[in-house]
Amino acid sequence: MRADGNDNYSSGLNNRRSTVNRLSADNVTLAYDQRVIAEQLSVEIPDNSFTVIVGPNACGKSTLLRALSRMLKPSQGRVLLDGQVIQSMPAKKVARTLGLLPQSSIAPDGITVADLVGRGRYPHQGILRQWSTEDERVVQESMEQTGVAELADRYVDELSGGQRQRVWIAMALAQQTPLLLLDEPTTYLDIQHQIDVLDLCAQLHEEQGRTLVAVLHDLNHAARYATHLIALRDGAVIAEGAPNDIVTAGLVEDVFGLRCQVIDDPETGTPLVVPAARKARTEAKVAATEAS
Amino acid sequence: MKSEAGTTAPGAVPGAVKSARANRAVRTPGGLSVRLDVRALTVVLLLLLAGLAASVLLIGTGDFPIGAGDVLRTLFGGGDAGQEFIVNELRLPRVLVGLLVGASLGLGGALFQALSRNPLGSPDILGLGQGATAGALVMIVLFSGSAGEVTVGALVGGLATGLAIYLLAWKRGVHGYRLVLVGIGMSAIMTAVNGYLMTKADLVDAARALVWMTGSLSGRDWAQVWPLLALCAVLVPLVLANARGLRMMEMGDDVSYALGVRVERVRLLLMLAAVLLTAAATAAAGPVSFVALTAPQLARRLTRSPGPNLLPSLCMGAALLVAADWISQRVFGADQLPVGVVTGVLGGVYLLWLLVTERKAGRI
Repeated sequence: MRADGNDNYSSGLNNRRSTVNRLSADNVTLAYDQRVIAEQLSVEIPDNSFTVIVGPNACGKSTLLRALSRMLKPSQGRVLLDGQVIQSMPAKKVARTLGLLPQSSIAPDGITVADLVGRGRYPHQGILRQWSTEDERVVQESMEQTGVAELADRYVDELSGGQRQRVWIAMALAQQTPLLLLDEPTTYLDIQHQIDVLDLCAQLHEEQGRTLVAVLHDLNHAARYATHLIALRDGAVIAEGAPNDIVTAGLVEDVFGLRCQVIDDPETGTPLVVPAARKARTEAKVAATEAS
Repeated sequence: MKSEAGTTAPGAVPGAVKSARANRAVRTPGGLSVRLDVRALTVVLLLLLAGLAASVLLIGTGDFPIGAGDVLRTLFGGGDAGQEFIVNELRLPRVLVGLLVGASLGLGGALFQALSRNPLGSPDILGLGQGATAGALVMIVLFSGSAGEVTVGALVGGLATGLAIYLLAWKRGVHGYRLVLVGIGMSAIMTAVNGYLMTKADLVDAARALVWMTGSLSGRDWAQVWPLLALCAVLVPLVLANARGLRMMEMGDDVSYALGVRVERVRLLLMLAAVLLTAAATAAAGPVSFVALTAPQLARRLTRSPGPNLLPSLCMGAALLVAADWISQRVFGADQLPVGVVTGVLGGVYLLWLLVTERKAGRI
């Protein structure tokens, strides 16, 4: 692991560590039972950014997201939300500030879209404040923003994968949190629906000024949509910053172990990663072995 | 149908949320609001009515039949001395035990099924009944205990089994499948223990044990009513107060946690309540089969509502048990057939019928 990795690729953002952002992980060690995923990891989520966490499988990106959303308690270090240790805050208060769309969620049998989205209002409700006009307005708004308003009366189990993901996002929106964390929101969707969901995220970020943090698999999607990118490998931050500043062929090889070219995306001008052809990669490998 | 129905709501939202279900929000000007599911509420009221009607019929049934009108008059203080004795001293406690046992089993079953997110995660399958039976059999066979001692034995057996299942199934939170599998294992062990105890029993004890094991309400008096009523009076409000958290937990631990539900605390509390309710009910009437499994399933299908359906399950359990007891007395004569036999047949057939008709209607 390289603790000094930051120096090579990082953009100016890292030098602003002193700025107090709403959400940050401070020297956290993350482990499931005895299996340590990350040690002494520090991450800042810049306010009002669309931060995307990338990295190879099992690099700890989902684990980091779980820690940031207080699903996983760090064995050392702390996660800070608005300057407070997140575990020490009242559960509902956190839920009004920070929303999470997990990878696995179960739609109860026979629930309608409107009902499911309405459940996102839970942290704003109480035993004598079960369904205010405000709840109703926010649910309707969330459904409209995600384009599922006309599905309100449909059963969730009847919907397609893409529609269902929109409904879950609508539920997270109804929570009305300034921070929203999404764990691989595009998994299991076809390319059109992947772009669809990412466009929706970008819109939420730009038009409503929400801070978004997403774990994504596709580096090109990450480079196109993120305003801030965090590249992880083996539980350590290898680089962070704006995609244009940090995504280089060197970084991709460093993080993913993949030889590639990085060109300008003809649509957006953001970095576009083109993996090297198989032949070129084998030749490089042979050359490397001979050299050693 | 519109869910926007707050009669005193200031400024109705244009194009408010429409829902397939008639969810009515009742709001006060002070900003308080309660959400009512009209269909679920209707189901609860109808089931209450059915349960009470069956209770009145049940009180009137026996060696000295009493008409429903006389039963009601006697219950409200009229009626002659003879009727008063029969109704208030002999039959009312039995019916009350039936109602309370059914309600406890229905609620306990609904809690277990919701917590394990699996209809199979009900106390019948998890071996709580067998555990309580083992406790009761130890008292009957090894100590020839009195009725009171048998009750205590059953209670201890049920609680110990519940505790063992919880500890064995615990692994960073109780997961549905694990809970069901551990419960099935526990159930197998307890069945074996019960089989062994039965072989040790002499004929009189074995006959007594067999009646207890089928679940029966005969000979229940006020001594059984009070502890059960006290337990329900504490646990039912406690459970209902946590129902909203349980509803969120249907969507998985991660989602409910993200919504601010204190998942582990709610789960531990509700699990404890469910074990207590089931164990107490089993101690009072024996392991009445199938109520805990069917009542929540039946209630769910009547309300057509997702969610744990706690109150409908409770009412369904009570109505089912009293109706079954009335049928068993009506058809087979007083105390001929233990109520557990009828609940098994009645609940099972009704559930299968519902499943078949729903299959035809295209639902699961």
